[in-house]
Amino acid sequence: MNQPSSATQQPNRLAEGGRIDRGRPLAFTFNGTRYSGYAGDTLASALLANGVDVVNRSFKYSRPRGIVAAGAEEPNAVVQLGADEATQVPNVRATQQALYDGLVARSTNGWPNVQRDLMGTIGKLGGQFMPPGFYYKTFMAPASLWMTYEKYIRKSAGLGRSPGEPDPDSYDHMNHHCDVLVIGAGPAGLAAALSAARSGARVIVCDEQEELGGSLLESRETLDEAPAMAWVEATLAELEALGESQGNVTLLPRTTANGYHDHNFVTLHERRTEHLADSAPRLEGRRQTRSRLHRVRAGRVVLASGAHERPLVYAGNDVPGNLLAGAVSSYIRRYGVVPGSKLVLSTSNDHGYRAALDWFDAGREVVAIVDARANPEGELVERARAAGLKIIAGSAVIEAKGANRVSAARVAPIDVDGFRVIGEIKELTCDTIASSGGYSPVVHLSSHTGARPSWDETILGFVPGDVPGMTPAGAARGIYALGEVLADGLAAGQRAAEACGFTAATLATPRVAAIREGAACALYQVPHEKPTLRAPKQFVDLQNDVTAAGIELATREGFESIEHVKRYTAMGFGTDQGKLGNINGMAIAARCLGQTIPQTGTTVFRPNYTPVTFGAIVGRHCGALFDPERYTALHQWHVEHGAEFEDVGQWKRPWYFPRTVNGKKESMHDAVARECLAVREGVGILDASTLGKIDIQGPDAREFLGRIYTNKWAKLAPGRVRYGLMCKDDGMLMDDGTTSCLGDNHFLMTTTTGGAAGVLEWLELWHQTEWPELQVYFDSVTDHWATMTVTGPEARNLLAEITDIDLDREQFKFMDWREGTVAGVPARVFRISFTGELSYEINVQANYAMHVWKTLFAHGEKYDLTPYGTETMHVLRAEKGLIIVGQDTDGSVTPEDLGMQWAIGYDKPFPWIGKRALSRSDTRRGDRKQLVGLRPHDPRVVLEEGAQIVLDPEQAIPMRMVGHVTSSYYSPVLDSGFALAVVKGGHQRIGETVYLPMVDGKVHAAEIVSTVFVDPKGERQNV
Amino acid sequence: MFHIYCPYCEEYREEEEFHPKGQAHIARPADPDACSDAEWGDYLFFRDNPRGIHHELWVHAVGCRKFFNITRHTVSYAILETYRMGEPPTITAESLARDAKAAGVQVADGGQQTVGASDAAAPAAVDDDNSAANKGVRA
Repeated sequence: MNQPSSATQQPNRLAEGGRIDRGRPLAFTFNGTRYSGYAGDTLASALLANGVDVVNRSFKYSRPRGIVAAGAEEPNAVVQLGADEATQVPNVRATQQALYDGLVARSTNGWPNVQRDLMGTIGKLGGQFMPPGFYYKTFMAPASLWMTYEKYIRKSAGLGRSPGEPDPDSYDHMNHHCDVLVIGAGPAGLAAALSAARSGARVIVCDEQEELGGSLLESRETLDEAPAMAWVEATLAELEALGESQGNVTLLPRTTANGYHDHNFVTLHERRTEHLADSAPRLEGRRQTRSRLHRVRAGRVVLASGAHERPLVYAGNDVPGNLLAGAVSSYIRRYGVVPGSKLVLSTSNDHGYRAALDWFDAGREVVAIVDARANPEGELVERARAAGLKIIAGSAVIEAKGANRVSAARVAPIDVDGFRVIGEIKELTCDTIASSGGYSPVVHLSSHTGARPSWDETILGFVPGDVPGMTPAGAARGIYALGEVLADGLAAGQRAAEACGFTAATLATPRVAAIREGAACALYQVPHEKPTLRAPKQFVDLQNDVTAAGIELATREGFESIEHVKRYTAMGFGTDQGKLGNINGMAIAARCLGQTIPQTGTTVFRPNYTPVTFGAIVGRHCGALFDPERYTALHQWHVEHGAEFEDVGQWKRPWYFPRTVNGKKESMHDAVARECLAVREGVGILDASTLGKIDIQGPDAREFLGRIYTNKWAKLAPGRVRYGLMCKDDGMLMDDGTTSCLGDNHFLMTTTTGGAAGVLEWLELWHQTEWPELQVYFDSVTDHWATMTVTGPEARNLLAEITDIDLDREQFKFMDWREGTVAGVPARVFRISFTGELSYEINVQANYAMHVWKTLFAHGEKYDLTPYGTETMHVLRAEKGLIIVGQDTDGSVTPEDLGMQWAIGYDKPFPWIGKRALSRSDTRRGDRKQLVGLRPHDPRVVLEEGAQIVLDPEQAIPMRMVGHVTSSYYSPVLDSGFALAVVKGGHQRIGETVYLPMVDGKVHAAEIVSTVFVDPKGERQNV
Repeated sequence: MFHIYCPYCEEYREEEEFHPKGQAHIARPADPDACSDAEWGDYLFFRDNPRGIHHELWVHAVGCRKFFNITRHTVSYAILETYRMGEPPTITAESLARDAKAAGVQVADGGQQTVGASDAAAPAAVDDDNSAANKGVRA
């Protein structure tokens, strides 16, 4: 209808007024059409200036929708932003998006477009056939088809889409501590900030709008006989000056307090460059962060988040041209935009009159003010009368007519308490209907921590519940008169500063002429001449298409709890979290249930207050910085020698070292087979630095080890090493490793790579909580030492070339350790073996490691010293039946299940951790899963790890499963696949054949064998 | 995110530095072999889940590495006190109930307590004529 004919016209823009800069025109595109606006506009105000009525299609019924609000509560004008694929941003409220030159936005719903929408036709037809629970009821059966339905339902649902290319922007996090955090920089927030900041307290002020000032940005009122903005400017100037001179004030515009967490921890989302361009521009050559998440721990929080106006609920209240009264004022006074020509105002209170007065002052026609109160009185009412505006008392707009824009308002006298129309219905021609049902304090943040808001009958709204450390101020607690708001803000700031230990002066409240106000009436849903269920749709939640009839139906179907009504109707489930509609919805549910609103209660608001882009949540924790990476001292060598890496915890460990022969890279299978044979036949070397190492000292260290390990430590002499198993007190294995006796009171414990931190905490737990009388101390030395395992028949010959340690087999036995030098640097050498071969684990200070490693290779050339990685390590240890905790065990495996009774000190005097559990009935069961070896009948088969084991492959499905494969590899020595597995009662089943049915229908047969596949007598490591 | 006062560092630190380790004040039986399977199972697996005061074991994992106790309210998440290993709590569900009774405040049920609490000390049953007040506390 009033679509612009050219890009430069802004038919609804006033010639003067507002806080926009008419000297800086900005071009933008909406749904492919070019428009222009001005610096200082939001996307919403610019669209209204250009006369764009339909900005979206509704979620469920696909009805045309226009802009309703001017702030965070906007339910309809949710757009997709971004000129190219990488900068796409979904879920942007046009009312909160500052206009910039070149902005490109699209509606998120509507196909083929918002003006001519096909789904809308279906919505019209299907409208009355889509009650709440429609999807549940319709697509219930058959259950198997849900997956099919879902695909199509999902397609028609959702608001916007994520970008298909990587985000070009960066985001960051910032931690703060402050004394007083002021949320909201309207009159209450600025007053609070002023009194807190003057006391010397560290103050952070955040506000979600482009400019600080809140309602004062559009106020007609005067402070100290000057325009309100003069006070705002003076206050901001003082706060900025304090920030510069004392450093105690931080002002954060464009910053939404999104989450109020425990103990006054508040997350603030600062949009740093969203108002400038699609992607963050450069500043002094550097790319700025697009947005920033501030993590603030505040001494006190002043909640000055203001209030949202409630719309009235009447038939057709979703037709474009239905706006909040306060939004009409905002657009006129702040942006110089009158969003229509002929206004009808429907109100239950005095505040709404401001919209009509602003409309009148803008020179447009006010058709009528329809006031639900029988005898409206009060200063604003008198001003409207004096201006000659027509006031229809005791009445309300009961229905808006129109399709893509309001064409008329149906007005009727109503009985508010009796919820009925009581007189003749008149139709008034108009293009805009503004409505006001009063204010709802913005209590969202206060309820994030679990505090239930409480209903205040005098203001007809919920006020914040008690949150320790939080002081609500001004409109956020239902105080609306400007003079009182300022006084409340000053007092809140003073109290907050004093609570943080500062001496705050009582400041004088600026003089504000009080406006005499008439009492409001409690009107939420406006009655229609037809009953709610048969009247044209009366929308409660515009974003989720929830109607008054839907709520009434839900209560009729037995939903009584407001939380259930919410979930059944989806009220408040949109990205706007029901900022506009929830209170009305509760009021309607209360009416249907014959209850009061406080009896009905309120639903819980949760973080985030408005949607936060994932980038801000992620901050720098993405890409290479997603998780810390740990490198050994030898990492560079591994990289240079072509290692493939595997993540083990946060460590990067070489997985295998493929060789490149004739330009062709070796496969993993070939590389691992070659590395295995090198260890079994020559000598190999492994970087084992990642193993956890804990230094244990103290006179009671030995006693402590005896309590924490399952086996005995009393007689381990200095120079000796022992393998130990660590259980939880439930008897299940949690970690294993060797511990060496360095001296009578000094031990070195090794742990699994992944278990290092957990084991240290475990030792501390028992020492600090159960046995504080033991004198023993623990320290992690994992990073201090580098560990190189030289293993294979040639290991002694190689090491002998570069060490002064006597390697004679009688002098330096298996499970001994010796101190000396290797390659000229101090070293501890441990004769332990995880391969079954002759092995020396050389430990040197980490910063000497590269020198030692390279010296070994210099001497190792004649032995064909072969570096190997974790994969070969796994194969070699599995051939020996050596377990890996967490792979062959899973927290339900005891040492006895592993057949490791040899490592259990049953007769130790102290009841060590895990001992008692071994005699519980469950751990004594004969059919526990026990560790065994598996040899596939077909040696070419490498069983799948995790494959389930059955005894009878012919049985009917579901088969009885008796175990599963835990480790499985190809062994080049055996030239066969082999596996470790846990099988029920497996220790008694050696020699039996079991079966492994696979997904593809194949069934593998395997023989249960000993877990030791190579060198069962252990002779090779003992040479 | 909690703000926790470490009784060893004597400073407030962010929750990220700590690990929770479950219910506090669970002593390992001195003679496990003397325990029946049921008693041992109780010690191993059964924990209180009170609505109200809960004494918890925490560790300042990336700080001083010390274990200590926190008395926390499981509804409000308020931390009422932190105290060192081996010390008893000064605030318990019982002590709060006693204080409240002395102040003439009607206490809602919940807040089962874990240290030094006997079954006899469970919160007093609410009389019928107090049910309105009780409801008021819950609402």
